[in-house]
Amino acid sequence: MPKVTYIEFNGTEHIVEVDKGLSIMEGAVQNNIQGIDADCGGSCACATCHVYVDDDWIDKLPEQSDAEKDMLDFAFETKASSRLSCQIFVDENLNGVVVSLPEKQG
Amino acid sequence: MIKTDAVIIGAGPVGLFAVFELGILGLNAHVVDNLDKAGGQCIELYPDKPIYDIPALPICTGESLTKNLLEQIKPFKTTFHLNQRVDSITKKDKHWIVETSDKTVFETPNIIIAGGVGSFEPRKPPIKGIERFEQHNLFYSVKNKKNFDNQKVCIFGGGDSALDWVIELSKTAKKIFLVHRRDEFRAAQHTVNQMMKLKDEAKIELYTNYQPKNFAGEAKIEKVIIENNKKEIKELEVDSVLAFFGLKMELGPIVNWGLNLDNKTIIVNTENFETNEKGIFAVGDICTYPGKLKLILCGFHEAALAAQECFKRAKPDEKYIFRFTTSSSDIHKRLGIK
Ligand SMILES: Cc1cc2nc3c(=O)[nH]c(=O)nc-3n(C[C@H](O)[C@H](O)[C@H](O)COP(=O)(O)OP(=O)(O)OC[C@H]3O[C@@H](n4cnc5c(N)ncnc54)[C@H](O)[C@@H]3O)c2cc1C
Ligand code: FES
Repeated sequence: MPKVTYIEFNGTEHIVEVDKGLSIMEGAVQNNIQGIDADCGGSCACATCHVYVDDDWIDKLPEQSDAEKDMLDFAFETKASSRLSCQIFVDENLNGVVVSLPEKQG
Repeated sequence: MIKTDAVIIGAGPVGLFAVFELGILGLNAHVVDNLDKAGGQCIELYPDKPIYDIPALPICTGESLTKNLLEQIKPFKTTFHLNQRVDSITKKDKHWIVETSDKTVFETPNIIIAGGVGSFEPRKPPIKGIERFEQHNLFYSVKNKKNFDNQKVCIFGGGDSALDWVIELSKTAKKIFLVHRRDEFRAAQHTVNQMMKLKDEAKIELYTNYQPKNFAGEAKIEKVIIENNKKEIKELEVDSVLAFFGLKMELGPIVNWGLNLDNKTIIVNTENFETNEKGIFAVGDICTYPGKLKLILCGFHEAALAAQECFKRAKPDEKYIFRFTTSSSDIHKRLGIK
């Protein structure tokens, strides 16, 4: 199973296995990782699943859809590495991906 | 003070259907919502998206579901108190006193909390200590556009609200700055074209790929400091700031009402969806019990059962009789059917 590393804002690291096909958001929720609210349950409608993707991984992710770009306008303190974690689905190519969580989700 | 059989907190789909279930039992209700319109998540988060799991409605949208619910409760002529948040609930004998942010006060035997994931509140720019400006010249909506006459106004955002106000205020303000985090806009294309025209005519100043970095000033914002992707900094002298970063759901004052909570939801029993306080019910996304699903159809069921208990509390001297809408002449009268 692919592994995903979540780094909380306070630096706490969680390395968890996430089923292929689940989103990075769902991986966090299933493993009770704090810091991703996901108010809309993954419908790209709330921007409360915002993460910063580690520099080494940004180019390996699928492109952002227009809907994700629009929704990211609402996220708190976006950077060039900002993504909505409900829009990134885990597969073997993403084994080892590292994401950091923002200070808050809005 | 408004006396009513029930106060419903939240005008989402479940709060609206609660109006219906109370109404056919002959109970009146007042509805309070922090949004400027009814519909909750359906209208604020996904008005155009399809919903496929409303019983007997193979497909609808967030907006059409809301419209139909409003149509269904029309006979009851319910009063909506919009743009205000319920801030406090206090006990008075067997009744409850409910107070909103606009100082509307209700006395009622029943409160139905249909608050979803919380009230919709504006998202704020990521700058520490900006609350001190909110009383003065930092706004998240326009209440009176005259307040911006002859001012230097900095507007943040890339959606319809931001661009509509850029266009409108450019007619009367001294100067408009529009700041957006990227160079594409979510707003409708014709609105974007209109804004671009204003920019080409030098009627507004546009800063794309910039984000707010700091607001400088003591009581009021005097300067807005923005930074772009390349870490270049600009300072804009302003009289007021309008930030349109959309809305976020916040549980807000609900946590202070002495109700038993479990991870941002209110614990209820599944017999009548009452909380640990007599006469306070929770239905829809905000309630939790073993097996709870955050689905609209589950909320409808919860509202129907809560309404029965509300009837007993509002009309202790009347006997509750279960009746179908098909055949009850009382219900037909309440629905205005002759
Ligand atoms: C993108 C998306 C797609 C969805 N698709 C489906 C689907 O296909 N099928 C389905 O069944 N469900 C779906 N849902 C879930 C569904 O929308 C919710 O279950 C439903 O909206 C819950 O209704 P509600 O009335 O309980 O709360 P909400 O719709 O959340 O409304 C609550 C209202 O209460 C107000 N409020 C809260 N606190 C206060 C206060 N203190 N004072 C004043 N007002 C307050 C809020 O402003 C809000 O308007 C979807 C949700 C999303 C985000
Ligand atoms: S969970 Fe709402 S946008 Fe990702």
